[in-house]
Amino acid sequence: MSEYLLQIDGKEVKAREGMTVLDAARGAGIAIPTLCYHEELAPFGGCRLCIVEAEGPTGSRLLASCVHPAEQNLVLRTRSDKIDRIRRTLLELLLAHAPHSTQLQELAQEYGADPDRFEQDASFCVHCGLCVRYCAEVKKKNAVGFIDRGTKKEISFVPQIASRECDRCKECFPLCPTSYLQAAFVLTASLAFPDSEGTGSAR
Amino acid sequence: MDTEKIDQIVDEHQGEASSLIQVLLEIQSEYHWLPGDALHRVSERLQVPLTRIRHIATFYKAFSLVPKGRHEVHICVGTACHVRGATRVLDKVQDLTGIGPGETDLELKFSLETVNCLGCCALGPVMVVDGKTHGKLSPAGTANVLKSYE
Amino acid sequence: MARIDSPEELAKLRQEVVSHRDPDAPRVSVCAGTGCLASGASQVVAAVKTEIERQGLQAAVESRGTGCHGFCERGPIIVIDPEEICYLQVTPDDVPEIISRTLKDKQVVERLLYVDPAAGEKVTRESDIPFYKHQQRLVFGPNRKIDPKNIEDYLAIGGYRALARALFEMSPEQVIEEVKRANLRGRGGAGFPTGIKWEAARNAPGEPKYVVVNCDEGDPGAYMDRSLMEGNPYSVLEGLIIGAYAIGANEGFVYIRQEYPLAVENLGVAIERAEEHGLLGPDILGSGFDFEVKVHRGAGAFVCGEETALLMSLEGVAGEPRPRPPYPAVKGLWGRPTNINNVETWATVPLIINRGAAAFASIGTEGSKGTKIFSLVGKITNTGLVEVPMGITLRDIVFNIGGGIPGGKKFKAVQTGGPSGGCIPEDQLDLKVDFDELTRAGSMMGSGGMIVMDQDTCMVDVARYFINFLTDESCGKCLPCREGLRQMHSILTKITEGKGKEGDIELLEQLSEVAREASLCALGKTAPNPFLSTFRYFKGEYEAHIKDRRCPALSCKALISYYIDPEKCTACLLCLKRCPDNAIDGGKKKIHIIDQDRCTNCGTCFDVCPSHFDAVRKISGEPVPPPIPEDRRTVVKKGKRGAGQ
Repeated sequence: MSEYLLQIDGKEVKAREGMTVLDAARGAGIAIPTLCYHEELAPFGGCRLCIVEAEGPTGSRLLASCVHPAEQNLVLRTRSDKIDRIRRTLLELLLAHAPHSTQLQELAQEYGADPDRFEQDASFCVHCGLCVRYCAEVKKKNAVGFIDRGTKKEISFVPQIASRECDRCKECFPLCPTSYLQAAFVLTASLAFPDSEGTGSAR
Repeated sequence: MDTEKIDQIVDEHQGEASSLIQVLLEIQSEYHWLPGDALHRVSERLQVPLTRIRHIATFYKAFSLVPKGRHEVHICVGTACHVRGATRVLDKVQDLTGIGPGETDLELKFSLETVNCLGCCALGPVMVVDGKTHGKLSPAGTANVLKSYE
Repeated sequence: MARIDSPEELAKLRQEVVSHRDPDAPRVSVCAGTGCLASGASQVVAAVKTEIERQGLQAAVESRGTGCHGFCERGPIIVIDPEEICYLQVTPDDVPEIISRTLKDKQVVERLLYVDPAAGEKVTRESDIPFYKHQQRLVFGPNRKIDPKNIEDYLAIGGYRALARALFEMSPEQVIEEVKRANLRGRGGAGFPTGIKWEAARNAPGEPKYVVVNCDEGDPGAYMDRSLMEGNPYSVLEGLIIGAYAIGANEGFVYIRQEYPLAVENLGVAIERAEEHGLLGPDILGSGFDFEVKVHRGAGAFVCGEETALLMSLEGVAGEPRPRPPYPAVKGLWGRPTNINNVETWATVPLIINRGAAAFASIGTEGSKGTKIFSLVGKITNTGLVEVPMGITLRDIVFNIGGGIPGGKKFKAVQTGGPSGGCIPEDQLDLKVDFDELTRAGSMMGSGGMIVMDQDTCMVDVARYFINFLTDESCGKCLPCREGLRQMHSILTKITEGKGKEGDIELLEQLSEVAREASLCALGKTAPNPFLSTFRYFKGEYEAHIKDRRCPALSCKALISYYIDPEKCTACLLCLKRCPDNAIDGGKKKIHIIDQDRCTNCGTCFDVCPSHFDAVRKISGEPVPPPIPEDRRTVVKKGKRGAGQ
């Protein structure tokens, strides 16, 4: 198996084939902020907080470290004016949805993000996908999934499956950075779980 | 909903999971919507999770999870039509039918969709009702066209 | 139909087909592309067949419905060969006369000819019509000569010669070399060198390999691929098989929009015909090379034109793009090496193999070789599909081919590259159209949509329009696109509604940076382009909207009012009767006044007021003049106004 040598923040970092830049950084003790990353799950690349700057012959470009493969001779920076500026705006876009998320508030402090920059949105889901992916990849139950696309995209429980499986599991609950997941579950349970006769009516 | 028909469609695609979207397109074509029972049956036969089917059914514009109206109205909002005034036509249709894009009225008479480029740019603004193309529309002309549908 | 099992048999069959076709015998071609069909072309085709029979000419005259001719503004179109007599805007009622006068009496039906607006002359021959004269229709030209449902037509014009040459006279590596030397760049949008992409897929480890046709043409206003696929699906298939041979793929997919039912149908017929003849399927032409193709319909998602989202769709999953690297050439469909190219790219391959790389590369500019098909639409006299050599100027396309702006209006900008592109203003009309020049000007080639805009087009609204489109089509997976574009949309909408404020532009610029640098796929990365380019060239319009609540183009509904000029109104009652909101007060000889509270700005009055009165005006950024007093509202003959004038 190939071994690669990269440079992150001036530090030499070793990586094996198949590792992502984020894997390599974490292995070397270099911290990169993430939201949608989880050790047990396939990389998602949705939140883009993990962006790092790569130096190249034609200039620099940003890449998402959680999905980008570690490659020989990559020269990377995890902080810069550009990265910080973009991360700050990304956090502000997230805070418009979930201003009370502890995880987001901590990052907001670090990057000087203003939670009031953008108008508050009613939905506090941040689309990290951790719940959907955990249920699909780890539990293999697919009790919750995504529906629709763009700004209309949401998570949605499948009532028939969730009513059977979730009560004894709920392992995805602590993963949610905003507790939107728990709220969505309670709503689905009260409005759409089949009752004992198997018809869909309110409990 | 006829399970046999669903099974037939699945079998025509050799029960392959990658043909999921093609299967759903045929069901949509057959019933003019995707009944919930049909989705369950497809999930069973193709061995794919219902979440994946639900995502596809809501991700792609061709599918509808509710029954469509008797007359499907498609208004082109492609750039060429836009520049020739498609917004005015769309506004007029919304006024007259009381529904917006993606919606069906309560009497199940009209379903309205916007489409991006039907390739009839020379006829813009264009509206297609039940497959029939009406071109060079003005807001007043649009009203006349819709009035002719029962 | 007998299978063709060798290049010799193919040549023989071609000879046979051609020998039954007298090049001097009259042939009637009726355009049967979707656009013309929408104008009644199928009735014209039927009328032609009926009339030919009725006049007893069926033995002497061939007729066929063909692929799109490209002159969409003037359809339905009939061309009679060998003289190339071109009739425009033909109705079924014109057909009997055409058959008897032109086919029987060899006379031209003058009223159906093209009239040159400058000289007032009538033009008889298709290739003399300025719209066609300045084009170089290498890829698109065959459309009008063939009935897409008839493979023999394609054989007759030399079809499959390139395939035979590639399979029997060239090695896969040689095919790749030829495409590389031709310097063909992808016609789908990004313009990546095709030969290099093929080489990467060929060299990537892994089996099986796949080739894919991207017919998910989604840029609004662009319909070249649709017309190519409808009109000449054989050329696409031929190119696809040649590419598959070069790369080492035995299986291919055509991903085609379900919104293109005629293209889907004609493609299906072409595949059947080709399979019957041994030009597709196992052991093609007896070469030992197997290739099978499956058709997958899209289901209504613009993002599936992005190659990784397209792959997801083929795998039966929602079309959310995947991160790159790895690139599809290395890890594509089901993790295998996959080469995806656009319809037009594939259709250009047989041309390169037939004529050779050098001939192809002799056309175009240093960085962009060959020809490109554009859809020239919007505020243009000659709407249609045009194929021109790379390096032609925008001015030539818009004015020589397009016939300029209709209605005596002034050219304002040309938008290229769809939602990923930008607007190019008047002072850049001499720009030589090629990949790099368009990018330098702040736009891009894109798939070939060219939307012409005039003085009545609001450029702020153009930016809003494209962002609106993209927020609807965004897959929603990544934050910068989903949320960043949503905010940009909100700001741009407010600006067009007169609710813009200080700081909006800076915020738009910051959000543009986030989308451009941090988005997962090209949809998000290029989404800011329409805003950035319109702001670059039309800054004044943004400032007028934000600072003065004024739309200089008099287009943004919330910022304009309609006003009837009492000096010009003759109280003809036209607008009053046609106003859908009963917002006009007045009567016979009583000057009409618009009730601004009831008016919904639909613009009907503006449209219907006869041009010799020209009494309805659009006002923006200033208050509507108060209504004239009642006693001044009587119209008196010869333009005098009531008492006290």
